[in-house]
Amino acid sequence: MYDIPHHTQETAVTDVKIKAKDVQVYYGDTHAIKDVSVEIENNTVTAFIGPSGCGKSTFLRCLNRMNDTIDICRVQGDILIDGEDIYDKRVDPVQLRAKVGMVFQKPNPFPKSIYDNIAYGPRIHGMARNKAELDEIVERALRRGAIWDEVKDRLQAPGTGLSGGQQQRLCIARAVATEPEVLLMDEPCSALDPIATAQVEELIDELRQNYAVVIVTHSMQQAARVSQKTAFFHLGNLVEYDDTSKIFTNPEDSRTESYITGRIG
Amino acid sequence: MTDASMDSVPVKGTLTTVDARTKKRNAAEKRFKAYGIVAILIGLFFLVVLAVSILRSGIPAFTQAEMQLEFVLTQEEFDAAESQVLKTKAYENIFITKLQDALTEKGLTVAFDAAAIERLLGKPGSTIREFYRANPDQIGQPVTFSLPASSRVDGYFKGRVSRDTVVDSRFFEASDLDLVDALADAGIIVRNFNWNFITGSDSGVDHPGGAGIGVSVIGSFFMMLVVLALSLPIGVAASIYLEEFAPQNWFTDLIEVNISNLAAVPSIVFGILGLAVFIQFMHLPQSAPLVGGLVLTLMTLPTIIISTRASLKAVPPSIREAALGVGASKMQTVFHHVLPLAAPGILTGTIIGLAQALGETAPLLLIGMVGFIARAYPEGVVSGFIDPNSAMPAQIYTWAARADAGFYEKAWGGIIILLIFLLTMNIIAIILRRRFERRW
Ligand SMILES: Nc1ncnc2c1ncn2[C@@H]1O[C@H](COP(=O)(O)OP(=O)(O)OP(=O)(O)O)[C@@H](O)[C@H]1O
Ligand SMILES: [Mg+2]
Repeated sequence: MYDIPHHTQETAVTDVKIKAKDVQVYYGDTHAIKDVSVEIENNTVTAFIGPSGCGKSTFLRCLNRMNDTIDICRVQGDILIDGEDIYDKRVDPVQLRAKVGMVFQKPNPFPKSIYDNIAYGPRIHGMARNKAELDEIVERALRRGAIWDEVKDRLQAPGTGLSGGQQQRLCIARAVATEPEVLLMDEPCSALDPIATAQVEELIDELRQNYAVVIVTHSMQQAARVSQKTAFFHLGNLVEYDDTSKIFTNPEDSRTESYITGRIG
Repeated sequence: MTDASMDSVPVKGTLTTVDARTKKRNAAEKRFKAYGIVAILIGLFFLVVLAVSILRSGIPAFTQAEMQLEFVLTQEEFDAAESQVLKTKAYENIFITKLQDALTEKGLTVAFDAAAIERLLGKPGSTIREFYRANPDQIGQPVTFSLPASSRVDGYFKGRVSRDTVVDSRFFEASDLDLVDALADAGIIVRNFNWNFITGSDSGVDHPGGAGIGVSVIGSFFMMLVVLALSLPIGVAASIYLEEFAPQNWFTDLIEVNISNLAAVPSIVFGILGLAVFIQFMHLPQSAPLVGGLVLTLMTLPTIIISTRASLKAVPPSIREAALGVGASKMQTVFHHVLPLAAPGILTGTIIGLAQALGETAPLLLIGMVGFIARAYPEGVVSGFIDPNSAMPAQIYTWAARADAGFYEKAWGGIIILLIFLLTMNIIAIILRRRFERRW
């Protein structure tokens, strides 16, 4: 049905990075995530697909406890990263978020310079001992964000002065600058042109070598191109979770099939 | 195709003709604009009326009729005067002699007695005696004395007193005006810029000429220091806690409602609270700018909290998420990202709160910071906070309540000075806001 690039088919020897079990999320009385259990593997790109409002972002935000900031949001069930329950009382969400980076649906650069946008995370985590090291981290992150060439001459210019697509790549660079182990991306390419999208997808594939990457996307092609595993959400339920090749060629559930062929959504 | 043929065919929905609905809508829009302009014009009109009347009534306070006389006091005259029983009277007689000499020199002959001089100047003798006792080296040297003329003489120059309205009394007689005219012609009575009004202290109730607002400006200054030092940190800390950290529950809701209510509490209530708590219970000194500052802090806090919370709310949540997303703690998020973005709003709110406090009168009267207290400059910073003093608005109130028409004019002059301070603060607020906003 879709072209599956060659490299996605080689299923590497994988270990489970994130394990979610019976997760329920409520926004006040709204039951946004119903009974979701999923195992996200290391060195794998996992795609979350599904119609708008089905809870992809909500579930993604559970994985780095970003939902803690929403007063009315309640999360039940277990989410383990490397076997540790991230909702355990002893877990400091701040420490967790340094380990689980996030790129948001809307580009949200800090209203600071491009340099400071990237340097902020490494700075607060004490990752650089001096200015030279910090410069190096910033350059590496911007290169991985596929934006270095465009901004290398104006690192002191405001990050908010970039175009939407450049801002999103800046945010990706910012997220990888802190060297997370898991990278959560909420529709990272929705504001990007095809060339930048291709660059980001290449980046995602590269990040897979070291991290577990979870990406929410509305583009079936993108999910097929970059991911090895795909999870299909519908109305708060995880309908189907399997190898990407399986989901896109031979889905088990009729809802999945309808969605990826464009009949519901 | 010609125009005629175009007209003959009614074209439906062309863009070049305006249909009835659009016409009506445009008319409504125009009307609304007109209302707006009229409203603004009315506002401007009242502003102009206010400004003109303040300036017209207040400007005279900045000038003062003075009697300027240059003369030499010899050592013998000094010794003779000092050996008298009524020493200041002796100096007064010297002054009168010198004045007569000066007039004769100018070829003028006006008859006057000591009583007339006292009606014009008060008692000049003591000023002169004090000067020579303090500066004995000036004996034998030409010295120019500038002695403020009495309220009625001053009023005569400013059009407040005229020959028709003046009523003979032991304070003033119509015939004195002839003397005033003669002295003015001789250049001995002149109208000068009244520096004493800006730098001086309050004077007695029968001596408006010597009244100045300087000491109460200092009182206001120390009070504002207290207000700023207390209300800014407390207000900002409270707002940050309520806005960013506090859980949403009935208790924080209650606090929120109470803060809004506090902002509406009449200031005199804060005054009586200050009297009861700070003076009667805590035994802080009466009439002290420190206590005034504490009371005004209570009053300013709600304003600052409300405006700070509004500017914190205005910071987009995506910025907080971005910071949390890279692993910043809640406090780092607030202090590195949210607060800098909210700073212009916080500053504006603070300065507006301070401006409000600067113009507040009622609570100060209750804690004893009335105008007549402002008699002398504080000796140092500490005494600036704890020595009895007044504040600008309280001083203005005191003057406005006094009988002598000279004080009425001083009150208006005081208002001009108060407004200058308020305008300066607003300009500072605007400059600070611009400066911070340029940091995107
Ligand atoms: N902050 C919130 N408060 C209340 N309800 C929310 C909140 N955020 C999301 N929801 C609800 O939770 C459900 C899932 O939302 P979510 O944002 O996870 O959808 P999504 O799958 O990411 O959609 P999209 O593809 O449009 O981004 C929706 O019904 C939404 O209305
Ligand atoms: Mg979403």
